[in-house]
Amino acid sequence: MDYEPVIGLEVHAQLLTDTKIFCGCSTKFGEEPNSNTCPICIGLPGVLPVLNRKVVEYAMRMAMATHCRINERNTFARKNYFYPDLPKGYQISQYDHPLAEMGYVDVEINGGKKRIGITRIHMEEDAGKLIHDEEQPLSYVDLNRAGVPLIEIVSEPDMRSPEEGAAYLRRLHEILVYLEICDGNMEEGSFRCDANVSLRPKGREKFGTRAELKNMNSFRNVQRALEYEIVRQRGVLEKGGVVVQETRLWDDYQGITHSMRGKEEAHDYRYFPDPDLVDLSISKAWIEEIATTIPELPMEKRKRFVGEYGIPPYDAGVLTTSRALADFYEKVAELCGNPKIASNWVMGDFLAYLNENKLEVSESPVKPEALADMINLIDNGTISGKIAKEVFEAMWKSGKHPQDIIEKKGLKQMADAGELEKVVDDVLTANPKQIKQYKAGKEQLFGYFVGQTMKATEGKANPQIVNDILKKKLSE
Amino acid sequence: MKISKEEVGHVAHLARLNFSEEEKETYTSQLNEILMYMDILNKIDTSDVAPMTHAISLTNALRDDVKRKSLGTDRALANAPEEAGDFFKVPRVID
Repeated sequence: MDYEPVIGLEVHAQLLTDTKIFCGCSTKFGEEPNSNTCPICIGLPGVLPVLNRKVVEYAMRMAMATHCRINERNTFARKNYFYPDLPKGYQISQYDHPLAEMGYVDVEINGGKKRIGITRIHMEEDAGKLIHDEEQPLSYVDLNRAGVPLIEIVSEPDMRSPEEGAAYLRRLHEILVYLEICDGNMEEGSFRCDANVSLRPKGREKFGTRAELKNMNSFRNVQRALEYEIVRQRGVLEKGGVVVQETRLWDDYQGITHSMRGKEEAHDYRYFPDPDLVDLSISKAWIEEIATTIPELPMEKRKRFVGEYGIPPYDAGVLTTSRALADFYEKVAELCGNPKIASNWVMGDFLAYLNENKLEVSESPVKPEALADMINLIDNGTISGKIAKEVFEAMWKSGKHPQDIIEKKGLKQMADAGELEKVVDDVLTANPKQIKQYKAGKEQLFGYFVGQTMKATEGKANPQIVNDILKKKLSE
Repeated sequence: MKISKEEVGHVAHLARLNFSEEEKETYTSQLNEILMYMDILNKIDTSDVAPMTHAISLTNALRDDVKRKSLGTDRALANAPEEAGDFFKVPRVID
């Protein structure tokens, strides 16, 4: 029988606030264990949590960017369960009155477009971190992460393949990063994903029993875990078995998922309204205020770059991977008036140097103005494209203006025909044997003469003029 | 009967409370009395009253995203039953 996978994803994204969701402790990653804690986030009795305004505003940004309806009435609820990463015995989350509902994002799949529904987005606090002892039955608890703000983004079960799941995740990720509300770091856990997957016979409407997959910490692993799980469930069904509803952990090393036993009853969370937190009311005026902070999103930016600058979709994709890079490119393109050459330089040498030196766009020693000037110097023939690479390297190392580097190093292109003619004459005089061979029909030697001339001018000769002179001289 | 002894046992387990059989009987009957009282309250017509989560009508108690001094590791661990280095030490829950 032909089976069809049905996939829904739950994404947890840490918000880039300075402080936790209900207290003034720092959210900074990698600090001394348990140092960023206070009576509120370690759950001492008698304390009063107070909601961080910025958490609400960041969550609203994501809701708007994903076309959700923002609810006026928001309440917070306690989700009760016992686990040592949760010092209070409950997680403060939202349940029956979440921040936002009924949104969507569009993803590109095999050249086509698919709309993935978003069921809801709600705010909640993160839990602490456990390190398990490798020998003894002990765990060590770090509560620095307890109370760090999260938004949970729940999709509709709209995805039908692991590729669609990965495309949806990438889309959410780039939107979050563009909105500057999440750093998107999957290794540090700022962006996490759980997946629900089930199979149903093709053509049937009713969903099959699903498994919940956890512990995938990269886009690739989400896709691999889904692929594995689809094969596993198909195997179970084809043997006439039934899929058990359970949580399964992805094992990156073995490339398989395995059942997480003994957690079935933990799903009885007994949600109830948190008496410590009053309702949150989101006015139209507040929504309108936040709407003005939403930047152009990556997909729209890509479309505009292709239309406005006439660059290929692939280039537009590379240039819009981050807002900072896109802004850098746009500045260069506008200042030099040559968007295609600008795209080549930003995607080529600029990105290569950034990656090599592990720098952010904002840390680059080459500023857009300087790169645009350099491109103008290529355009007006002052330097050749080849020499420009050398100029760029010097700009990167010294932070100096291209004009200064060209003058100081004497890199200016030789475009004076008379001057170049002399050089060509010298080259020809030095190579009588090659001239004979060329005239006898070995035409590929033309390149050799060009090369010798470039060498004699240390690469500064204008190649077009050299070509013209050589053609003239060799046909004499 | 609004709530059975089994349900009381289940909820007690979720709350990690260890009850004897007699205790379960006692709490089952007490909880049933409370729930039966709810039946009396349910007779009141509340069809045009919006459900509320708090007894006060205050909304939007918010704070700015400004750091405040934390306890620091030593003070955070001061009352821990067991600690190891900079961490709280606990029995392992899942193997």
